[in-house]
Amino acid sequence: MADSVTRTRTDLSSVTQDGVGTSPRRPDGTLKVTGEFAYSSDMWMEDMLWGMTLRSPHPHARIHGIDTTEALKLPGVHAVLTHEDVPGEKLYGLELRDQPVLAFDKVRYKGEAVAVVAADHPETARRALDRITVDYEVLEPVSDGRRAAFDEHCPRVHEEGSLPVHEEYNQKGNLVRYQPVRTGSFADGTPVSRLRAQAGAVVRTEYEVGMQDQAFLGPESGMAVPAEDGGVDLYVATQWLHVDQGQIAPALGLPDEKVRLTLAGVGGAFGAREDLSMQIHACMLALRTGRPVKVVYNREESFVGHVHRHPAKMRFEHGARSDGTLLYATLEIILDGGAYASSTPAVVGVASSLGIGPYEVPNVAVDAYGVYTNNPPCGAMRGFGAVQACFGYESQMDKLAEKLGMHPVELRIKNAMAQGSKIITGQVVDMPLPMAEMLRRARDMPMPPARDELPDPSDLRTLPGGVANTSHGEGVVRGVGYGVGLKNICYSEGFDDYSTARVRMEAIGGEPSVMVHTAAAEVGQGLVTIKGQIARTELGVERVTVHPSDTRVGSAGSSSASRQSYMTGGAVKLACEAVRERVFALARERGLVGAGHSDELLSLTGGKVVSETDGVLASLADLLGSDAVEETREFHHRTTRPLDPLHGQGASHTQFAMCVHRAVVDVDVDLGLVKVVALDAVQDVGKVLHPQQLAGQIQGGATQGLGLALMEEIQVEESVIRNPSFTDYLIPTILDTPPMRIEVLERPDPNAPYGLRGAGEPPTLSSTPAIVAAVRDATGRDLTHAPVRPEDIVGIDV
Amino acid sequence: MEFLSPATWEEALAAKSAHPDAVPIMGGTDVMVELNFDQHRPSALLDLTRVAELAEWGPDGSRVRLGAGVSYTTIIQRLGKHAPALAQAARTVASPQIRNRGTVGGNLGGASPAGDSHPPLLAADAVIELASVHGVRHVAAREFYLGPRRTARRDDELIAAVLLPERAGPQHFCKIGTRNAMVIAVASFCVTLDAATRTAGTGIGSAGPTPLRAVAAEEFLTAEFDWQGAGPLSEAAVRHFGELVASAARPIDDVRGSADYRKHALSVMARRALSWSVTDYRKGEAQCA
Repeated sequence: MADSVTRTRTDLSSVTQDGVGTSPRRPDGTLKVTGEFAYSSDMWMEDMLWGMTLRSPHPHARIHGIDTTEALKLPGVHAVLTHEDVPGEKLYGLELRDQPVLAFDKVRYKGEAVAVVAADHPETARRALDRITVDYEVLEPVSDGRRAAFDEHCPRVHEEGSLPVHEEYNQKGNLVRYQPVRTGSFADGTPVSRLRAQAGAVVRTEYEVGMQDQAFLGPESGMAVPAEDGGVDLYVATQWLHVDQGQIAPALGLPDEKVRLTLAGVGGAFGAREDLSMQIHACMLALRTGRPVKVVYNREESFVGHVHRHPAKMRFEHGARSDGTLLYATLEIILDGGAYASSTPAVVGVASSLGIGPYEVPNVAVDAYGVYTNNPPCGAMRGFGAVQACFGYESQMDKLAEKLGMHPVELRIKNAMAQGSKIITGQVVDMPLPMAEMLRRARDMPMPPARDELPDPSDLRTLPGGVANTSHGEGVVRGVGYGVGLKNICYSEGFDDYSTARVRMEAIGGEPSVMVHTAAAEVGQGLVTIKGQIARTELGVERVTVHPSDTRVGSAGSSSASRQSYMTGGAVKLACEAVRERVFALARERGLVGAGHSDELLSLTGGKVVSETDGVLASLADLLGSDAVEETREFHHRTTRPLDPLHGQGASHTQFAMCVHRAVVDVDVDLGLVKVVALDAVQDVGKVLHPQQLAGQIQGGATQGLGLALMEEIQVEESVIRNPSFTDYLIPTILDTPPMRIEVLERPDPNAPYGLRGAGEPPTLSSTPAIVAAVRDATGRDLTHAPVRPEDIVGIDV
Repeated sequence: MEFLSPATWEEALAAKSAHPDAVPIMGGTDVMVELNFDQHRPSALLDLTRVAELAEWGPDGSRVRLGAGVSYTTIIQRLGKHAPALAQAARTVASPQIRNRGTVGGNLGGASPAGDSHPPLLAADAVIELASVHGVRHVAAREFYLGPRRTARRDDELIAAVLLPERAGPQHFCKIGTRNAMVIAVASFCVTLDAATRTAGTGIGSAGPTPLRAVAAEEFLTAEFDWQGAGPLSEAAVRHFGELVASAARPIDDVRGSADYRKHALSVMARRALSWSVTDYRKGEAQCA
């Protein structure tokens, strides 16, 4: 796979074997491929109990009573707990504490946890759930996001006065956050009609993005083990150990230090593990029973066990001068956050600030709404608030280009941002942003062979519908489309999502060895390899061990926002630099370094302290003897600012990243089936740390965007999920996934460690609009809903 | 839940007779999914994996007798010539792992309207062999599907085999899914042209409460097709055939697709499959078979 990456600069590669810029093997790679890797759901203890969750069958209901008597009578049942048994705070939440640990008074979505059971066998636990009686008074659910946003008679999902107040979020009614952005003449209150009159071309369209699931393969699971000190040790698959700890401990009524977390094997995350699922429940059951308690959700339960990507309803209007120069843009975006806030405020912050995309537009009005409904809760997913609007603004660019008779790439280049541009919040892009060049590269990449140039055009696997044999070429039309997206990297709006690393160097068996210890979650992205590579490069030591991630070291922040290479990579680099300084100091103490010799002339290479002028001064093993050098460092990114609640201005983001996609599709226009033929990308990553993993991130991100373009949607009707299984929630298979040519640029960001730029999310933004544009190109259809359904292509109303 | 694991066919029939509500299990690719989803709590499972003869197949006079436990993988590898549409349908079932386990017998036992084997069995006029301690009886596939997940199989019977008539002409199966592999049918269709009996056969999947035939379409094609000279069908005739197939369907709107789309897709698949079949027929495939 790494062979498919074309790099434009290769002069940054490392001198140390398996250092930064190389592709060392993942320690978990073979185990995962052979099925031997221990995921969180594989954990086992001799005396453990099984925890199970009773969930609300209603999207909205009042609870008049919960009777657990019969469940407790069942032999083998060790505990049945409800909200009355929550030892501490009854509410938790990532940004707003609005979600009950176990429901009390009301349930606000179908699948909400109401009670938990621990039993000596999962079947016994299941039977105990059947014996719990809950007296519900069913209420009408709030199912429509638009109504929740604008209808003042709409019932409140959360009772007035029951929520934490955040003035800056413009909260009102069911609005979790309303964030406007006003620039140019919109800032003075000029009506859009004045600008419209000056435009040579205007396009106005409503778009929808469906609710996407992260579709990780390893369901929510973990094991809580009660400890002798009255605390608990929790082994869990999560994205951020410390933010879990910070929510679990108050709910248990324990100090943080008595709730110790260790990362268990994570089977994918993509944002779905940012919020708590079984963590508090397992700990409550373990503390109550004095036994280890394991909880594993099944697949159907998992669909209500984690948050999803916010579905969005969007109204866009763009006006351009006749030469294609953008004059104004307006956007109203309603993001349905479902029953609890989760990360909705931050999603609104991204959706508003990046809602118009990477284009120079002098006059912009954005209104971004995050709302409460009784739909399944939504929160973080790869692309976090930037994916939805990207589908809209890129569709708008194509429509505008068509209206003006321009090539879609030409229109984009004409309005492209670059280093020095300001995004609509007024923040200056103070790092390279070679957007125009990336677009040209994407356009100029070689095209895949036409159907009649294939070695065997009758091979069903090359056709839409695949081996299901729906076409032998009939009705198949090719289309090409482009997409580009702008994504913020790291947390935004004043949040200090620092990371901590502890690095220890010592001689073991006469060989210098390094241990890297962080709390960062390896969720499949490959941080475990990156940490070792950085240590090797910085310390010139080949033997590097990565300590399991746990809360015995400071926070590493979340494995989210494409930030771990930047933040935990940055922390490991800082800690290594501190260790290196101490090693140099040790060398000086031992008289190995001349007095006039500055540290700048010293380096650690090949397990030795080396002077640029005097050559090898000492071997690290000799120098360290039986001493260990250990340093812990925190890495903070530059300070960002909240958006002002009135005009949405403020330098809210840490870093910007971009990917450009060109999609080539074959569409069976009679049946509405699509085969993506090529999905080629150009991405600037600042600096490649691990070429193979980078390719994996770009391919994976693009494929997740492909899913959103063509098949992935949680169908919610009257607030109930209709397709909670991988039988009916479809994700792309290998036959849906085309070859991907990837061109990587390395224009370093001076603010970031090694100049790197977060890489995991940008391809998820750009691939969706590129594919839908290609399908439009093939069919001439409007296609305003992602994912595109066969019905949309053949013109049947859904 | 009891787990019955007979070693022979006789034991299996006796077990089924003693436990008429036992759910037979072979590959487990449907039964285990339903158990996992807690949709069923059968009182007993009747494991048939030890009954060796169920996984056998071979000639039976002019027909082919396909044991109910023959895997889809075997069907793809071995029955492409005898039953091309069934082999094509088998190729669209799930993933290689599931095709190694799943069987036509299981498909018939579950009788989901979306089961991929049903349209080829209907179109080819296959016969289902049912057995109990009281003996063996044969039911035409065309008489087998009675209602939603309800079949002509009696509670004390097990599905022993499928009898496939000797092929005497082209067969084509196609299936719509919203991704290019590993997908349950949104709608599927099968057509057969039988030169020996000079009749056309059809089967429709996932577009009604049971697998269906498009009888009017069969009759139209049987009458319209030039069985002797194999002259081409007019575009209007092909189109009419498609319309008749679509009108035979009784689909609903569900998570996998809308009723209108299913009808539309069936008409397109019917036209295409018919055109491929006529082309094959004209190439003299019927004679070679």
